[in-house]
Amino acid sequence: MEKMPKWADVVLIPVISLFLAAIISALVILFIGESPTEALTLMVNGALGSTYGWGYTLYYATNFLFTGLAVAIAAHAGLFNIGGEGQAMIGGLGLALVCLYIPFPHWTIALVVAALGAGLFGAAWAAIPAYLQAKRGSHIVITTIMFNFIAAAVLNYMLVNALKPKGAMDPATAKFPESTQLPSLSEMLAPLGIEFTNTPANVTLFVGIAACVLIWGLIWHTPLGHEIRALGKSERGAVYAGISPVRTVMITMLISGALCGLMAINNVMGEAERLVLNATEGAGFIGIAVALMGRNHPFGVFLAAILFGFLYQGGAELALWTNIPSELIVVIQALVILFTGALDHMVRMPLEKIFIAFRKENA
Amino acid sequence: MTLMKSLMGAAAAVALTAGSALANPALIFDLGGKFDKSFNEAAYNGAKRWADETGGKYLEIEMKSEAQREQALRRFAESGANPIITTGFAMSAPLAEVAADYPDTKFVTIDGWVDAPNVHVVGFSEHEGSYLVGMLAAQASKSGTVGFIGGMDVPLIRKFACGYAQGVKAVNPDATVISNMTGTTPSAWNDPVKGSELTKAQISQGADVVYAAAGGTGVGVLQTAADEGILSIGVDSNQNHLHPGKVLTSMLKRVDVAVYNILKDGADLEVSKVTLNLSDDGVGYAMDENNADLVNADMQASVEDAKAKIISGEIAVHDYTSDDSCPALNF
Repeated sequence: MEKMPKWADVVLIPVISLFLAAIISALVILFIGESPTEALTLMVNGALGSTYGWGYTLYYATNFLFTGLAVAIAAHAGLFNIGGEGQAMIGGLGLALVCLYIPFPHWTIALVVAALGAGLFGAAWAAIPAYLQAKRGSHIVITTIMFNFIAAAVLNYMLVNALKPKGAMDPATAKFPESTQLPSLSEMLAPLGIEFTNTPANVTLFVGIAACVLIWGLIWHTPLGHEIRALGKSERGAVYAGISPVRTVMITMLISGALCGLMAINNVMGEAERLVLNATEGAGFIGIAVALMGRNHPFGVFLAAILFGFLYQGGAELALWTNIPSELIVVIQALVILFTGALDHMVRMPLEKIFIAFRKENA
Repeated sequence: MTLMKSLMGAAAAVALTAGSALANPALIFDLGGKFDKSFNEAAYNGAKRWADETGGKYLEIEMKSEAQREQALRRFAESGANPIITTGFAMSAPLAEVAADYPDTKFVTIDGWVDAPNVHVVGFSEHEGSYLVGMLAAQASKSGTVGFIGGMDVPLIRKFACGYAQGVKAVNPDATVISNMTGTTPSAWNDPVKGSELTKAQISQGADVVYAAAGGTGVGVLQTAADEGILSIGVDSNQNHLHPGKVLTSMLKRVDVAVYNILKDGADLEVSKVTLNLSDDGVGYAMDENNADLVNADMQASVEDAKAKIISGEIAVHDYTSDDSCPALNF
């Protein structure tokens, strides 16, 4: 018998956790002498109160959607991929090479080819730790995080020594040609008569949603998804069922790396339209929190990505218009991660007891 | 209904912010953060001095993400802030896009380069200042080996390193310059522990003067150099006082003066492109009571001589960023 109904597991626990995080955040803001209600209003208005706010929230959310999905699918196979940051960086490199050196007639073609480039580079970067894990038993947590630093060094080298236009100060590539520019959300909604402020949110949002649906289908409705989940539940059981762990680990990590690489469509091709050194800015790590909070389910990842997009954009507004130091915004984000991820059982245990007690009374 | 609501919300937000922040100047700090003991902090000090002296108010934000650059620029411009000062070369690209949309707002980029009628460009000849401290380093060095520790391996830092190496070689053509970069991620600007490790590594290679151009990382470099009994050179702000008698000098980059002057001009700022160099004391080397015993009269005379020659054009210090190459140092 289940301890509590499913709706309590997927809705009630995250909501209570979020509520607790909000209370502690409010106390912290109160301690530094600012008004929590004002701060909350500012965050909500700034992130969700206008199409401008929504645009930025959705832009950040799209980044986290890809990295969150990447962490989630790896987690289903029992792999903890914390190399999303590096895979996204190298994905960006692949995308930049495609955009800079292949002339495209139209953005739709550019999008498909650039996605291929980004995905391939990201997957290739994940392939090495995956191989080391599958064949040599080197733990994937260690290798992927090391590969983050190697990726940063590779990107730095490529930008400063090869891709930077001569004489430029900024270690970044030249701007991508006009034909690779993706339509922003405001351009897409204008023909429908919806006025949407010009923000970095772009067509990649829909690519991300499509990726959510595809990954959902892959995990629960294909033989491969079954193999991935079987491996994640028990490796010995999977071997007994005739599943090759080496093959499954490799394929899972390739998909995971490709998803991280695809993030580059949003931040590199959609927003900056050139590759900068600090393009990923921690989205690979936020992906871990997003997957954790989304319970490794694509729909949960989608909601969690929106929440973190809200925190990022709301936090930016807070920094813009108040004297709340930017470190505190990181504290608020950390509290949300802490309560929804790490302290999950703190909420779960008492809630389970309540449900069981409730059921006994009824019985 | 929801659309209407959100539009009204946006209008209300704009109206609110416009009222409260009208015509105040704004300052945007780069990712290193306001208190990096170096570049951004110098900008902050300039603004603080202006605020203390005039009682003026200014808006400020520290960048936390790449996408915020354009966002912050637009939000400040829409709120009526004028002028809007940005620090760091990374603001160039977003500024170039935003500036055209707000022709009545004056933007300032420090260290960046934007060609627009309403963008005031402030640059510094860091290579010249670094050349002078390089000369001092070579004269103070007994081993003939001096070190350079940069933050990230980016063109700006190579410009520092290249000027420094040229100064060293001008005094002692046989001197060895060891150059290291702290890291490959933005955390390299604020990693004193790694700065300390690199200093130790350079000491073991024989360096007895190290020059740190690495933001907050430099604090660790100066500390370790003082602990190990060798000399160090600070950067951007005057850091001589951090370890009196142990810091040979500091390469000054007067971001504070630049910010102060811009704020003083306020909305009447005359937009132009200026490079602050040795002749207008935009860069230089720091002399005070903390390092008076370290730099003797001969050393100072030689540096002053070189300074005069650089200003007159007799000595040309090669700028790394002009052609992405350095005659005195390989990267």
